Amino acid sequence: MKIPTASGPFTHAYSSVQKTMITVLLALVPATAFNFYLFGLPSILLFTVTVGSCVAIEAGCMALAGKPAKTALSDYSATITGWLLAMSLPPWAPWWIGLLGAIFAIALAKHAFGGLGQNVFNPAMVGRTALLVSFPVVMTAWVMPHPLFSSGAPGLAEAIAITFGGHMPDTVSAASALGYIKTELSRGIPVTQSMAQVPDLMDMALGYRAGSLGETSAILILAGGLFLMAKRIITWHIPLSVMGGLFLMAAIFHAVDPAHFASGTFHLVSGATFLGAFFIATDYVTSPVSKKGQIVFGLGCGMLTWLIRNFAGYPEGMAFAVLLMNGLTPIIDQYTRPRAFGRDSKGEPLPLEKP
Amino acid sequence: MKLYPIRGGIHPEYRKELTSEKAIVALLLPAALYIPLQQHIGAPAEVLVSAGDLVKKGQMIARSQGVISSPQHATSSGRITAVTQVAAPHPSGLPQTTIVLEPDGKDEWADLPEPIADPFTVEPHAIHDRVAQSGIVGMGGAAFPSAVKLNLGTQKKLEVLLLNGAECEPYLTCDDRVMREYPDEIIDGARIMAYALGTPRVLIAIEQNKPQAIETMTRAASAFHGIEVIAVPVQYPMGSERHLVQAITGRETPARKLTADLGVVVHNVATARAVHHAVRFGRPLVSRVVTVSGRAIREPKNILTPIGARIADLVEFCGGFAARPESVVNGGPMMGQPLASLEAPVVKGTSGILALTAEEINNRPTSPCIRCGTCVTICPCGLSPLDMAAFIRKDNLEGAAKLGVMDCVSCGSCSWGCPSHIPLVHYFNYAKGVLRDLENEKRKSDRVKTLAEVRVIRIEKATEAKRAALAARKPAATPAANAGEPKAAPTAEEKADA
Repeated sequence: MKIPTASGPFTHAYSSVQKTMITVLLALVPATAFNFYLFGLPSILLFTVTVGSCVAIEAGCMALAGKPAKTALSDYSATITGWLLAMSLPPWAPWWIGLLGAIFAIALAKHAFGGLGQNVFNPAMVGRTALLVSFPVVMTAWVMPHPLFSSGAPGLAEAIAITFGGHMPDTVSAASALGYIKTELSRGIPVTQSMAQVPDLMDMALGYRAGSLGETSAILILAGGLFLMAKRIITWHIPLSVMGGLFLMAAIFHAVDPAHFASGTFHLVSGATFLGAFFIATDYVTSPVSKKGQIVFGLGCGMLTWLIRNFAGYPEGMAFAVLLMNGLTPIIDQYTRPRAFGRDSKGEPLPLEKP
Repeated sequence: MKLYPIRGGIHPEYRKELTSEKAIVALLLPAALYIPLQQHIGAPAEVLVSAGDLVKKGQMIARSQGVISSPQHATSSGRITAVTQVAAPHPSGLPQTTIVLEPDGKDEWADLPEPIADPFTVEPHAIHDRVAQSGIVGMGGAAFPSAVKLNLGTQKKLEVLLLNGAECEPYLTCDDRVMREYPDEIIDGARIMAYALGTPRVLIAIEQNKPQAIETMTRAASAFHGIEVIAVPVQYPMGSERHLVQAITGRETPARKLTADLGVVVHNVATARAVHHAVRFGRPLVSRVVTVSGRAIREPKNILTPIGARIADLVEFCGGFAARPESVVNGGPMMGQPLASLEAPVVKGTSGILALTAEEINNRPTSPCIRCGTCVTICPCGLSPLDMAAFIRKDNLEGAAKLGVMDCVSCGSCSWGCPSHIPLVHYFNYAKGVLRDLENEKRKSDRVKTLAEVRVIRIEKATEAKRAALAARKPAATPAANAGEPKAAPTAEEKADA
């Protein structure tokens, strides 16, 4: 018998960081697999490069910090960051986009702040926005789906050329729906008219459209999100308030001026709304801990996304919105702490009511 | 009866099936009994015997010392062999003053106080005195002297005596078994306590995972008016006094107040049974039922054990260890404390002895906090464990205190649920200890400061008085001119007095 060194409890739930992360990865598998099918070998190559770079950089940073790299890698947090980053990139982007994104995400956004649990901003979104701001052309070179095994799909040699050789075929590029509407609007064409040109909502939900891996196939992302809820990895608070905030803003303005503002449903299924709501905004480290705080955070993300999509220079706003709200998380946490038992919200003892 | 929700809480694996069907069995009388002078919250008892004395079962061998204290009794008949230092059932394993009794095997009762024939006609204080004399303390684990709590009726208007039979800790089944095997004794004890407290109602709360206990207790209670058995949801920590009161009355006990301020006094079911024995038979608290369980125990049991039996005796009675225990715990697995030594004795507050395997404990190396918020969601006290732990890690105890670390009841829910396996409760226990020390230190220095100030005032006053006397003497030559003067001097002194 050894001398006890720690207090109880002497029983623990069967949960661990590793288990949580693996569940998140599992939830991403269907949407990812489907998108591999849609965008073919170049997307698989880019995905591999991005995830591989993230894991390698994580190991490097741990080694640099003199911490055991093995335990850090076994929590799979770098894998998730890489995975989500890859899902936010144009599927046919060149390899160095993945590598640079990984450096931004893991080295700068995560380890510079102190590693797992210490980062203020969502690493994957820091990676994506840093790339978007630095390389706007490459980062908005969307392609139409070229399903694997279909006639137009690039073969292995062609895929290697696209990812590693920088030979982007110019014939295939296409605008995402959000980008298209924005461009058309800037040319004076009202949303009501340009909407006729974008894929219908069903196609958008299913994923047969141009976009990043995570933007297309909203339905499979939604399914993954619901799986995470069923597994109690996430709760409804953040996803629902993100979508609620976005839908509410869009619906109100669409009702007021349909010529300038797309409908709430369109905003929900376009861009990375579902990926953002279920997988990005819900990142534990960078979102508030209390349920009340999570609702405030989610609504903020949703509303900012709508604002950025409509009034800022970029057609997609989820990544920026999440980052802005990440910055507010500490203060949201501070103001949304639960009320302690027997105390009022200011921490003073409750008054004694007469029985 | 309508119940009210309580915040947070968890549903751990209960593993009560290890002992829930094991009827209470009496421990074979051990070769020696170790009866500590301090088995309760408050001042330790004052020893009345010395080595060589012959004592009988139930004889007082150490008397209560102070308002919050409790006497100790011989738990069998035999000879006192020593009053010495023995390892305490405490994580430190530090020794405390203990009376060692060598039983003669006859287990003969001493001349006990007369039974109180009709406890419902005597003065309430007679019952209170009997309970105090019998060394009864809260048997749920806190071991607060029960008589002090029974006296609350004289200070506050009380409505309800709430008997706590929730037994929300995993593994423990001693209360369950006592309720199933001795329901009438508990009900009788409860009625006596309610009479002493002056509460018109008795409520008995039992978690729904003990259907037989609920049934037997309901049947036993049905003979009396004003006693009701309430099945409460299975939700740890339902058995926490304040949370149980909230679940049943819907009212939240304000911080720094007692449930008695809401008119509710909570006692454990086993305490009620002890009161029954003390009042009806004059028997002091000399034994209790202890659950000995865990997968490292060969044959888990509910054991009726004399107070003072060594934990090793109980383990041996259960066939010893079936596997190497990772930890031996005094109490339940959630709030119990690790034991440093099996040589420590069973005391009045010992509800369980658990020998747990590493697999049952399921602890893992700590990893960084990922801010998942699980601890915030499940904290039944509405605290933010992750933030408090972050402050404590940086030794910013002030910050942790501001977030309410002193309100933490150490229920262990946050540590249980933490996916990073951060020993949150350990942080909080550390902080609470240090903060309490600082508080005591401050109180001490404040007291010294006050004393010093008072001394300065006293000296000033004395000099003042001397001066006044001198002044009074000087003008004595011309008394007529200074007739008004002497009157002024006492007023100055009065001021200093004030």
